[in-house]
Amino acid sequence: MMAAEESGDASRTLVAQANAALAARARWSPLEIAFWLAAAASIFLFPTKHLILTEIAILGLFALSLDLLLGYAGIVSLGHAAFFGFGAYAAGLLAKYHVVNEPVLALLASGIATMLLGFVTSFLVLRGSDLTRLMVTLGVALVLREIANRLEITGGADGLQGIVMDPILGRFSFDIYGHVAYVYSLIMLFALFLVARRIVNSPFGLSLRSLKGNPLRAAAIGIHVNGRLVAIYTIAAGYAGIAGALLTQTTQFASLSVLDFERSADVLLILIIGGTGYLYGGLIGAVLFKLMQDWLANLTPQYWQFWIGLILVIIVLVGRDRITRTTDPIRALVQRATDRVWSGVRGSG
Amino acid sequence: MLTILFDGIAYGMLLFVVACGLAVTLGLMNLVNLAHGAFAMAGGYITVVLVNRLGVPFLASLPLAFLLTAAIGVVLERTLYVHVYAKSHLEQVLFTIGLVFMSVAAVDYIMGSQQQFVRLPGYLQGQINVMGVGIGRYRLLIIAICGLLTIALQFALAGTRFGSRLRAAVDDERVARGLGINVNVVFAVTFAVGSGLAGLGGALGAEILGLDPTFPLKFMIYFLIVVTVGGTSSITGPFVASLLLGIADVAGKYYVPSLGAFVIYTVMIVVLIWRPQGLFSRAASR
Amino acid sequence: MALVLQTVDLQKRFGGIVATNDVSLSIEKGARHALIGPNGAGKTTVINLLTGVLRPTGGRILLEGEDITDLEAHKRVHLGIARTFQINQLFPDLTPLETIGLAVSERLGMGGQWWRLVGSKSAVVEQAVEVLDRFHLADVMHERTATLPYGKQRLVEIALAIACRPNVLLLDEPAAGVPEAERHDILAAVAALPKDVTVLLIEHDMDLVFSFADRISVLVNGELFVEGAPEDVARDPRVKAVYLGEEADA
Ligand SMILES: Nc1ncnc2c1ncn2[C@@H]1O[C@H](COP(=O)(O)OP(=O)(O)O)[C@@H](O)[C@H]1O
Ligand SMILES: [Mg+2]
Repeated sequence: MMAAEESGDASRTLVAQANAALAARARWSPLEIAFWLAAAASIFLFPTKHLILTEIAILGLFALSLDLLLGYAGIVSLGHAAFFGFGAYAAGLLAKYHVVNEPVLALLASGIATMLLGFVTSFLVLRGSDLTRLMVTLGVALVLREIANRLEITGGADGLQGIVMDPILGRFSFDIYGHVAYVYSLIMLFALFLVARRIVNSPFGLSLRSLKGNPLRAAAIGIHVNGRLVAIYTIAAGYAGIAGALLTQTTQFASLSVLDFERSADVLLILIIGGTGYLYGGLIGAVLFKLMQDWLANLTPQYWQFWIGLILVIIVLVGRDRITRTTDPIRALVQRATDRVWSGVRGSG
Repeated sequence: MLTILFDGIAYGMLLFVVACGLAVTLGLMNLVNLAHGAFAMAGGYITVVLVNRLGVPFLASLPLAFLLTAAIGVVLERTLYVHVYAKSHLEQVLFTIGLVFMSVAAVDYIMGSQQQFVRLPGYLQGQINVMGVGIGRYRLLIIAICGLLTIALQFALAGTRFGSRLRAAVDDERVARGLGINVNVVFAVTFAVGSGLAGLGGALGAEILGLDPTFPLKFMIYFLIVVTVGGTSSITGPFVASLLLGIADVAGKYYVPSLGAFVIYTVMIVVLIWRPQGLFSRAASR
Repeated sequence: MALVLQTVDLQKRFGGIVATNDVSLSIEKGARHALIGPNGAGKTTVINLLTGVLRPTGGRILLEGEDITDLEAHKRVHLGIARTFQINQLFPDLTPLETIGLAVSERLGMGGQWWRLVGSKSAVVEQAVEVLDRFHLADVMHERTATLPYGKQRLVEIALAIACRPNVLLLDEPAAGVPEAERHDILAAVAALPKDVTVLLIEHDMDLVFSFADRISVLVNGELFVEGAPEDVARDPRVKAVYLGEEADA
């Protein structure tokens, strides 16, 4: 304290520097703004592609959810489809049995229901190694799929049919070209992205990154490691559930495939392609994945899985960090551009 | 009732022969190989081609299935798997899922997506009656072969120089190298035998498990259950787990078909939480 | 004087080995207590037991009379126990500023807030910067911790424990392997702690131990061998035989 008074100026400069550096973390970069402007523009630029764009938005949200787990908290999962599928069936049942008719409300309800599932199952992944976690998450997804397969109410192997969606907010009806569906999905994705961005830039988000790096030390400075893991697992489950619910709402159908192992594997691949731990990885990965799927399926219909597999193998063999390192100079450039733009704004303002 | 038990044992033994290679690579080499089932599939398809198209006698096709799959295993181990031994489990999972996807699509492309059947010789068809119990001849053969393999395997791992070299190589690679053990060869041979056994299991099991391109995905979870429930610290654990799984699955499908695989998956989760080292592992430390 | 930290017949077995064997320690409030003993004596294990990293196989731990034997590790931190690790345990991808900020915001009960941006609470930033400045880490506070030289990382290790503002501070060989310049920073920071902070120090440097401690416990093979004032311990022939004998070997 005394030292602080003696060199008051110096320490005030240091605090100001620290504040500036921390604030810079949460600032929007021009590239981010461009990304979302492009997403908005896609509504008008590709009116004939809205069906596939909706799929991309949903996949992106699903992968964003996995990024919260894997990229920020370091929790590996081989069964993330459990939550996607649960949300999908929840939305389907809510609509089919007219429990909640308004789509936005039903979406939130599905998300909250999935959060409950996430909360309960989070206790299964608290202990154990990565391997145990991979197996447990895989097991949970398999159990859910088996339940959906057996139950009367979920329609078993035939899936949940006869879902009719009411207009969104009572005004915007879903159309067969998917225009409304795409705008709806994109708005939901953006809103949830904003929330996720806020979360990862909060003290809670920072503590997740710390316990991912070193849970032993995190506990030794008073961080309730298990509590944080339960929280992020629950949140991520809710995100995945909303993604699944969006799929049901926009396709008016839910089938067992929402709980497939392939779906868990695909979302992992999407996130790995796009990169973990910066929120955009899942979104970019979803775009690349769908484009690739489209292109490869045209080349060799039915066998495109081969190429997806090959990409996975190559990514691992080349090394994920080596791939991300090639993009480092770009990131540094963006960072510098951001700083310049923002200092310009402050200078003129 | 006894027939079901018998079928279950045959099924469990098959699972064991396929999965024991996975237990060894996971337990000793610390490699998560989700593509293990692809080797079993390879063995199955090799037998189908040999027997149905080339007219090789069924019994002669079995050792060939073992050898060819082992050869594939060695090639893949030397070219690809060596690079992932030191990587994280997540990366091993991604890598081997990639291999699964590739194998599924490739087999679909080459052989078509329909289910394949091996033409069994007449003396292996039908049942024989032992004290009023109908026993399938083919299942009897499976039990005989798998039983012999199990004994041989137990002996090879516990009682031979190769077994102790493998354990040394795994315990401390540097020390093992220092002792003049060629760790690369030890790993490659182990991997080859593991995949060869999977191939043999796939060849024997094509008839019972059902062979089509999705085989590696469909049975992945069964092999994983064997390994997690049985643990990887011995061969006996996975063996007991395989038998239990085989009997439970066959009996469950017969008596309570409405439950499906639900119970089996739930048991796996419970075991994972309760005893992550496996139900039958001695190393229940802490 | 009041007892702050007390262990009663504390025991820890790892399979066959008994790493801690019926250790009963009593540490008074404001004490400068040193725990010494040859390598493998079980000193680190005692700290792991006190902080909840390990669960004892027998015995009890009392903090100001309260039984904390079964308390989770993070709750003990909230009760005022902080530690450093013999081998650095840091967050390689975070900066020192973020690292220290985590400890501060956790102490102020803000660590779980998910809606506020990092850095928006001035109290957290100010306190974090103050600690960083005290350990001469201000000039590297924006670098990734993993890229810092060892001496600086060691300073972060110590600063992180200090940032918890503990009542009881457990230091596991804080100056081991540290260059002379940083070594001075560490010792100065420990010396500057308020008098009512209780310190348990594990250290091999005997000069340092005798200049620092007002009480010394000697641990050998997991057992409390001798305990007493520095003069008495220094004079004790058994300590010379066992402990200094080991030292001479090494
Ligand atoms: N996690 C552990 N598992 C097994 N043995 C351990 C573990 N931690 C410490 N030990 C053993 O306990 C004994 C005491 O170790 P430690 O407390 O680190 O000694 P010191 O810090 O005095 O050098 C040693 O024999 C060590 O091998
Ligand atoms: Mg020690």
